Formats: sequence, C-alpha cells, structure tokens
Amino acid sequence: MPDAVGLELIAKEINAAHEGAVRETGHEYGSATLVIAAGKNLEVLRWLEETPGQEYTFCSSVHGADYLPAEPRFAVHYELLNRDRVERIHVKALLGDPSAGTDDRWGEGPLPTLRSSVGIFPTAEFQEREIYDFFGIVFDGHPDLRRITMPEDYVGWPQRRDFPIGGEPVIFTNTERERAGWYE
Amino acid sequence: MLRGDLEGEALEEHVKERIITTTLDTALNWARANAVFPATFGLACCAIEMMSMVASRYDIARFGSEAFRASPRQADLLVLSGRVSIKMAPVVRRIYDQMLEPKWVISMGACSSSGGMFSNYAVVQGADKFMPVDVHVPGCPPRPEAVLYGFNKLQRQIVGDPDLGWRQRYNAAGTEEWARMETGVPTPEALAAARRVVAREEKVEQEAGE
Repeated sequence: MPDAVGLELIAKEINAAHEGAVRETGHEYGSATLVIAAGKNLEVLRWLEETPGQEYTFCSSVHGADYLPAEPRFAVHYELLNRDRVERIHVKALLGDPSAGTDDRWGEGPLPTLRSSVGIFPTAEFQEREIYDFFGIVFDGHPDLRRITMPEDYVGWPQRRDFPIGGEPVIFTNTERERAGWYE
Repeated sequence: MLRGDLEGEALEEHVKERIITTTLDTALNWARANAVFPATFGLACCAIEMMSMVASRYDIARFGSEAFRASPRQADLLVLSGRVSIKMAPVVRRIYDQMLEPKWVISMGACSSSGGMFSNYAVVQGADKFMPVDVHVPGCPPRPEAVLYGFNKLQRQIVGDPDLGWRQRYNAAGTEEWARMETGVPTPEALAAARRVVAREEKVEQEAGE
C-alpha cells in the first residue's frame, strides 16, 4: 500500500483533476483509505486505474456497509490492487439514505444510488449485485441488477441494520419466565 | 432334504411347520421397511454424516437401505440433511412432490427440524413448515448412530402402524397421486373412498380405546 505521504499525494492529485472528489484520507489498520464523494466514484476509480505510476488495475472486492445510526448511513468500499507492486488501496464512497426519517423497515422507499463501476472493472458485476441484494444500494448503469443470493421475490434488504432479524423466539431456561405461558 | 426323504404323515407335518400365514398388507409393509431407498440429497454439513452412515463403519446396508437413488422418482425416503434456506425450500418441496408414494421424510439435525442456530431471515425455521416430516433426529450434527436410530424408528412405523403416516396427521386423505391423476384434483369417488378409510380407522381406534 502507498505510505501516508504517498496517499496524501494521490489525494491531492485526484483533487486537482476532479474538484472535491477526495474528502478524507485514512492510513490505519494496515490499509490506505480514500474517502470520496459518492458522486465522483467513477472518476476516482478511473484515475486510480489509468494514471501512469498508479495503475491499480485489479478490483479485488466491492463491499457494502451500513453504519446506522451514523450519517451518511451507507458506504460502498472498493479494494483495488496493483499486481506489479502488490499494493492495495481502499476507496470508500459514503452514501446518504434518501428515505431517512421515515419508518421504512422493509426498504420500500427510495434507494441510495451510485454509478456502477462495471464499465471499469468487469469483476464488480456480481459484487454490485450482491450489495444491491443485501443493502438495497442501486448501481446506475449496471447491466443486470437483480438479486443474486436471496430469492428473486424477496422483499427487503436483509443486511441493513434496521431490518428485522427474523427467526422465531426460542425458550431457554433463562428466558422461560419472561415468556410466561409458553407451556400452556 | 432330497425328494423321498419324507413320506406321508411326516411330509405333511414338515410342510405345515414351514408355512406362515399373514395378510398382504403386513407382508408389503415388512418388505417396504426393509428396502427403503433414500434420495441422494444433501443440504449442508449433516450430509457428511449421512454419507458416513452409508460407508462401512456405520453401514446402513444392515437395514437394507444402502441404495441411494439419484432420482426422486426412484426414492421413497428424503433425508433433510442440513438447514433449508428460503431459497432452497421450493426446490426441496418439488423433490418431495416428485417422489412416488408411499414416501417418508427424516428431518436430520437441529437446522432442518427447527432452524437450529440460524434464527434469521434466510433460513426456514423447521422444514415441517412446508412439508410433512415423519422423524425428527436431534443433534448438530447428529451422529450417524442417531440417524440410524431414527431410521429404525421409521422402519418400526412402516411395519407396525403405517397409518400413522402424514396423510392422517395432516388430514390430507384424498391427495394421493392416484386420486388426482386425471385432473390434478381429487375425484369425488377418491375423496369418498379416502373418507371411508379414515372413518374405518377412527372406529378401530375408538374400539381399541374402549
């Protein structure tokens, strides 16, 4: 990974090319992180991929995350890799929740939207589908945005923190008094 | 024994000693219980235990059930070996529906019996929510001996009291394949026949209770 100075240089150069794209940098827990504006994700990824001397040409993973109750709530993480130098860089796009403040536990309201990176990294296709499946983050321009792990008629975005956890209450010896009447 | 060894009265006695009489149903159920064909169907880690149950150390062949069939059309026992996710449930149900009657189901392990440790959005909380189950074997995973014990229980059910099957427990008389072969729904005659069978059995039970 780039060292702390190198990361600041990268952030500065990206900001020179795309005004306001990088908001923060972080260099801890063994990873160099660029926190970027969600609207500029493609510019940043393309810059990191194409700029001579950077060439992070391999997208090793894309993640979704839900930081409720933080604001902005959602994030999409891109983990990029330069395979010649074996250097990784972490790009984190923060996304607000357009249906914040409403009682939207089944996720039927408007969904957060981000531009799809499939045009730059074809390997992101399934990973973006998975993020859509679990977090309800829509990727604009994705060629085939369907659910990938849950059934296609499933309702809701199960990895969101406010999603009902499901299952059934189970009686244990330490909960039998709270659930009085279960033995009737 | 060779021809001519016994003559007259002694021969008659010999034959009498070697004949048993029984009803066709009893003989049929005895044959069924000792030649159950399970479906080759694994869902999760319990399937590993199910496989070792077939291998030489535990050897389900001792109970005449070593022939796992790869087609549900040739199987009459479905072992639900693992958690059933809500995406898998329609598939399991379709496999079950494709099996020919009579058919039995063993729910193997905590997950398929109750959801087990997966009390969450993705796993069906007990496979008997969407299909009939005859035997639940507890454990996580159950040892092969436990599954064999459950299998023996199922054999005892098949031999001793075949009518304790799921059709009676779920009040599903008349939904047999032969009863709805023509139109997909039970014919009035089939329903009436099934009701007669149920009424007769209930009467027998009542008399036994008295």
